[in-house]
Amino acid sequence: MDLSYGPEYEAFRDELRAFIAENRHRAPAAPGAAQRAGADAVAWQQLLLEHGYTARTIPREYGGFGAEPDILTSRIIAEEFAAAGVPGGLSNQGISMLVPTLLELGTEEQKRRWIAPTLRGEIVWCQGYSEPGAGSDLAALRTSAREENGEFVINGQKIWTSTAHQADMIFCLVRTEADAPKHAGISYLIFSMKTPGIEVRPLRTMTGHAEFNETFFTDVRVPVDQIVGQRGQGWMVANATLGYERGMLGDPAALENRLAALVQLMHDERIDGVRAIDNAALCDRLVALQAEVAAMKFNGLRLLSNSLKGEPGGLAKLIVKLQSCELAHQISALAIDAMGELGLLYGGSRRERAGGSWQWNYMFQLGLIIGGGTAQIQKNIIAERGLGMPREPKLEHARAPKAGAA
Amino acid sequence: MDFGLSPEQRMLRDAVDRLLREHCPLDHVREVAEGGHAVSAAVVAALSELGLSGIMVPEEHGGLGLGLLDALVVAEALGAAVAPVPFVARCVLAPLALRLAGTPAQQARWLPRIADGSARFGVGLTEVVNRRDGGGVTAADGTLSGSALFVLDSADADAFVIADQGGQLHLVAGEADGLERLPLSTIDLTRSVGELRLDGVAAEPLGEDDGGTANRLVAAGRVLLAADSVGAGDVMIARAVDYAGEREQFGRVIGSFQAVKHMCAEMAARLEPCRSLVWYAAHAFDAVPDEALLMACHAKSHTGEVGRFVARTATEVHGGMGFTDLLGLHYWFKRIGFDRQLLGGPEIVRAEAAALQGWGKRAA
Ligand SMILES: Cc1cc2nc3c(=O)[nH]c(=O)nc-3n(C[C@H](O)[C@H](O)[C@H](O)COP(=O)(O)OP(=O)(O)OC[C@H]3O[C@@H](n4cnc5c(N)ncnc54)[C@H](O)[C@@H]3O)c2cc1C
Repeated sequence: MDLSYGPEYEAFRDELRAFIAENRHRAPAAPGAAQRAGADAVAWQQLLLEHGYTARTIPREYGGFGAEPDILTSRIIAEEFAAAGVPGGLSNQGISMLVPTLLELGTEEQKRRWIAPTLRGEIVWCQGYSEPGAGSDLAALRTSAREENGEFVINGQKIWTSTAHQADMIFCLVRTEADAPKHAGISYLIFSMKTPGIEVRPLRTMTGHAEFNETFFTDVRVPVDQIVGQRGQGWMVANATLGYERGMLGDPAALENRLAALVQLMHDERIDGVRAIDNAALCDRLVALQAEVAAMKFNGLRLLSNSLKGEPGGLAKLIVKLQSCELAHQISALAIDAMGELGLLYGGSRRERAGGSWQWNYMFQLGLIIGGGTAQIQKNIIAERGLGMPREPKLEHARAPKAGAA
Repeated sequence: MDFGLSPEQRMLRDAVDRLLREHCPLDHVREVAEGGHAVSAAVVAALSELGLSGIMVPEEHGGLGLGLLDALVVAEALGAAVAPVPFVARCVLAPLALRLAGTPAQQARWLPRIADGSARFGVGLTEVVNRRDGGGVTAADGTLSGSALFVLDSADADAFVIADQGGQLHLVAGEADGLERLPLSTIDLTRSVGELRLDGVAAEPLGEDDGGTANRLVAAGRVLLAADSVGAGDVMIARAVDYAGEREQFGRVIGSFQAVKHMCAEMAARLEPCRSLVWYAAHAFDAVPDEALLMACHAKSHTGEVGRFVARTATEVHGGMGFTDLLGLHYWFKRIGFDRQLLGGPEIVRAEAAALQGWGKRAA
């Protein structure tokens, strides 16, 4: 166990601290989770890119800073922005999920074309995976793409597409090989949301906002070179993206931030004149959550060390999405309980706390327990890939889904 | 930067695992437990051979001079093997007490004997954490009176470290006049705890402080009990997964039923982060003093909760078999139950963690 970083890293840390102190007035307020970043957030992102405080190890030709891969500097960056309470680089479906997928599996031309503007916050992406008939059973998707004159022609429907109403581009799973077995018939396409034939209908969610959408495709034409991976190999590419999604949704730094906000809230709120944090039952729950957040933080440090040594993450990695999303939900739940009746206030009410964001988070975190692979699917993954338990026997009549408009 | 065990610590774990596989199979555990001893002389001897009785004794006193994280590696292995050996109090807390608070003369007298196994200590700290059922010891004029409950590793001890009600530590000889030693038998037949009744027993103060050392000892003990549960929990999960891969019902192995898979996945998902938490808590004890007490609380309380969940769930996966004595699964179940209560159950420990942060005071 050696948690020191060494002198060259401490110099880097000092530099970064000076940068944050000097520039923090330009940082945006923490961006809302499901919203397109505003102009101030985009400007902040570009400043961070320029200094290598985000996308640090992505090569320059793709718009990154081009530093040698070094997980420790990335860690220091995360630590310092968190400690200063200043937002770091943007994290969204494009930057945190598509960019690493392209770096891993994209063509040279795709990397040069799409990564830089994505990092600069100029292209917002959405994820076109789920369909009405293909949720947990994602590979049952039916949205079709046939090849015609150097283009894919796409027909079908996606659903639960987060930010599709604000997005510029989509990474989208389609069935290109109508006769292939279920998992072997899928391709991974990227295309503009302004392509003719796309219709987006926002769906109001339980939060009262429309965080996601239905997305319809009618003869949408996409150049054939906008495929990531080979035709029929989209399932593999899709899974790479899903792995990055689990990492994004399981980020322990986000838990630490939410916990710190909860502690502050419990200092501020009073019940019969006594701070909520001094209420024995509420305090007991708080400390239990604090221990769990600490465990996830150290689990994250352990994963970091594993990757430094080139060792696989194993179980410690597979459990992160399940545990973190549940914990985030519990943190919001305790905040609401600590506020009691006041915890119900929402929609800009008088006496509302933090803009109703605890209730919003409580609901949205439940969405994230479902999204990105439900808790039950995560448990299947942990049991099968982590513990080596047998798969469910396949039903004999289960066939490859027919491609076609849903 | 490296978060995790060093190559040396991994080697230590391998060595202890190998030794326990050879000297401490379940049959042996059963034999010792059913014989009512809670201490396997054979396993103690084998561990001493590796130098582990002196794991926390500084090298100049003939020990290995290692830290709490190293001791944790051993504790995890002992939990995994449900080994009936006195370790936490005898090999770690007693030498630690002497290291932290002993005079040079006390250290020179006891540490070499701890290292070579000729001084066998028990440690009584329960009343520092919570007093129940009339427990508690008071000091006056170099003597101790009262009773100390749940003194760890007490059965065959020939000396004790006992905390009085002010948290001051004392050395007491096992054969001292006025000392009555009574056994307590718990569900966990692999660990020995006892009650000491003291009536004006001659005692030698160990250091002089306001209970700071006792609190540090409690923290170290908590981390090791938590690690013991992580080791025991690992084995319970592995056994559940193995059993689920063999047992057939409805024409298929039960491990292919999702209800069973999800029980196993949940156990793993909850236990895995505990491993990193106990590692860090031990590291904090060794190297980050500001965080040591709080992290020990977190490790103890959280692992106590997760341990209970793993213990009952792994038993359930085994069906009726899990409930029998035949499989011996209950040895792990009980070991984890013991780890949860000693030195404070989760609620008590969380209240302490809150107090450390200035929370939970009923002041407006
Ligand atoms: C907030 C939010 C944002 C989202 N954003 C996007 C997005 O941007 N892009 C996108 O493509 N999708 C998105 N999704 C969709 C998400 O990926 C799916 O909702 C999710 O995969 C579950 O699919 P489903 O809704 O069809 O539920 P179903 O698959 O019908 O599941 C219903 C219930 O059945 C259980 N279940 C299903 N199969 C199994 C099984 N094999 N074993 C055990 N239990 C099972 C599930 O766990 C769940 O409890 C989002 C969802 C949410 C809630």
